[in-house]
Amino acid sequence: MSAFLEVKNLSVVFPTDDGRVQAVDSLSFSVEKGKTLGIVGESGSGKSVTSLAILGLQKGTRAEVTGEIWVDGKEIVSATESEVRKLRGKAMSMIFQDALAALHPYYTVGHQIAEAYLVHNNVSKKQAFARAIEMLDRVGIPEPQKRVNDYPHQFSGGMRQRAMIAMALSCNPSLLIADEPTTALDVTVQAQILELLRDLQKEFGTAIILITHDLGVVAETADDILLMYAGKQIEYGTVRDVLQVPQHPYAWGLLTSIPRLTGDPNLPLTAIQGAPPSMISVPSGCAFHPRCNYVEKADVCATRVPELVAIESGKSHSVRCHMDSELRQRIFSTQVKPQL
Amino acid sequence: MSELDSPILSVRGLTKHFPGGRQGFFGKHEIVQAVDGISFDVSQGEALGLVGESGCGKSTTGRLITRLLEPTAGTVVFEGQDISHFSNTQMRPIRSDLQMIFQDPYASLNPRHTVGTIVSTPFRINKITPEGGVKKRVQEILEIVGLNPEHYNRYPHEFSGGQRQRIGIARALALRPKLIVADEPVSALDVSIQAQIINLMKDLQKDFGLTFVFIAHDLAVVRHFAQRVAVMYLGNIVEIADRDTLYATPKHPYTKALLSAVPEADPDAVGARERIRLTGDVPNPINPPSGCRFRTRCWKAAEICATQPPALIQIGTSQVACHFPE
Repeated sequence: MSAFLEVKNLSVVFPTDDGRVQAVDSLSFSVEKGKTLGIVGESGSGKSVTSLAILGLQKGTRAEVTGEIWVDGKEIVSATESEVRKLRGKAMSMIFQDALAALHPYYTVGHQIAEAYLVHNNVSKKQAFARAIEMLDRVGIPEPQKRVNDYPHQFSGGMRQRAMIAMALSCNPSLLIADEPTTALDVTVQAQILELLRDLQKEFGTAIILITHDLGVVAETADDILLMYAGKQIEYGTVRDVLQVPQHPYAWGLLTSIPRLTGDPNLPLTAIQGAPPSMISVPSGCAFHPRCNYVEKADVCATRVPELVAIESGKSHSVRCHMDSELRQRIFSTQVKPQL
Repeated sequence: MSELDSPILSVRGLTKHFPGGRQGFFGKHEIVQAVDGISFDVSQGEALGLVGESGCGKSTTGRLITRLLEPTAGTVVFEGQDISHFSNTQMRPIRSDLQMIFQDPYASLNPRHTVGTIVSTPFRINKITPEGGVKKRVQEILEIVGLNPEHYNRYPHEFSGGQRQRIGIARALALRPKLIVADEPVSALDVSIQAQIINLMKDLQKDFGLTFVFIAHDLAVVRHFAQRVAVMYLGNIVEIADRDTLYATPKHPYTKALLSAVPEADPDAVGARERIRLTGDVPNPINPPSGCRFRTRCWKAAEICATQPPALIQIGTSQVACHFPE
């Protein structure tokens, strides 16, 4: 049986005045119903572009999208705008990072939630409004009958994020894309929102793609992790695999550079040198090689793009790196593991 | 008390109220109680972390200490001088000892000035000519913060976020200040860059004996930088303790909840930790709850919490403002 969402060889290229920007480069992954995939990467790594492509939101722009995206048996890349439109909001929907920017300031929260429901279902305005109240209640807004008539500015940051989740889930979508849903929120509110997403997923069996730069957030919510760097997936596997036995030097760098609540705070953090590359001039070969501490075959790393290879045959855990696996295991267990 | 023991910065009953919106056209202004009667000391060479959620008053506190804002009440004593109501002219000689690093490296550097101009401005304003000339000194500082001295004539847009933050740090270091207030210095940076900047600031603290007030919302970052930590909630300090005590045995319910809400990048730790889920949001500082301001979200709240604001009292090595500390 094929997965609910299957992405094969997805590439997105933006033609710009400064040259062609390959924002996403041959990405392949799948998400089952009721599961969460965390897409992790730094700014400019292509995580948000990927999510927009899945929703077909680059149609009608200059972006060149190639590859295949199968959502519940329908292909998105080749579909027309009106076909995708029928899926958007109903089969798949999205929540954005900045809830204040994503909500329309002129309309009441209730109006905006009801609108999505009205478009996709054959119901009266009254029924749609009742649905809006029901959804607000479901996401934990107190006094939903009253608050449904509020405008977005009357909501606090956490409540706006809840309202957006209510809107995204009003048609029971099977796929929810959450783009940095908690980055703008305080930790205590972030914890509430992540728990809400988990509960709703359990209840509705939604497949979730969670886009974030926060490894802690993925560890708590995702089943699988896709690690991106400069538009490419450089490591892919279950949360346990990627966070506990990471294989790519970039993953090592990320995991050892984040300050943790455990571990010795007096030791300096192991930083990754340099900065993420500009997408206009991506380094040749492995895009990470200028920042990599373990470049072993310098000429190969600088000229040839490494293939995505499975760590063990038959397992999903795969990595894009030239280092031979024996050396990698040795470096991991002697230098990286003690720091995790 | 000898000169050495006395704190470099001493804050007592510091309060800042901002005028809010009016109630009706001719009505009175509402008052936003951003910071309400906080007290703490910072000793020479120490890094004090100031943590809390958005709107708790931590940035306002930073701006009051550096006197970018004038306090409504209370005192800020810097090196024995009460600077709370100093005029701009009076502040001028002190400014070189009291510098600030800002959160957003894209907004805090003038895009039309070169790096050289930005970092040499403190010298120009204070009419100081260091030995060997301003340019030589600026290039030395650029090197100290890990930038190429040849970048002197470049503009901020030519740099990445992490490099820009280094420029901001270079500017703050220019006059060899005694106290630096760093307001969320790494939260706008990519994860892989944050560690570079934290390490740099830690090295600077060691090498130059700098004193830091480090404002951040990220508890793990603060743990790596500060030796002592103050937790703020809605304009009040609810707990101050040295780092190890605060993180190992938090005494205030809010500190405990805050620590338990931090997501950890370890799948095994996820199920193992005790979770405290706070309900609701931080209340509006225009109309804060009576008594203890945390009581509306606290699972321990009793009658006394609504009537009496708890004072900051000493328990062991921590200072806690709670009627029912752990």
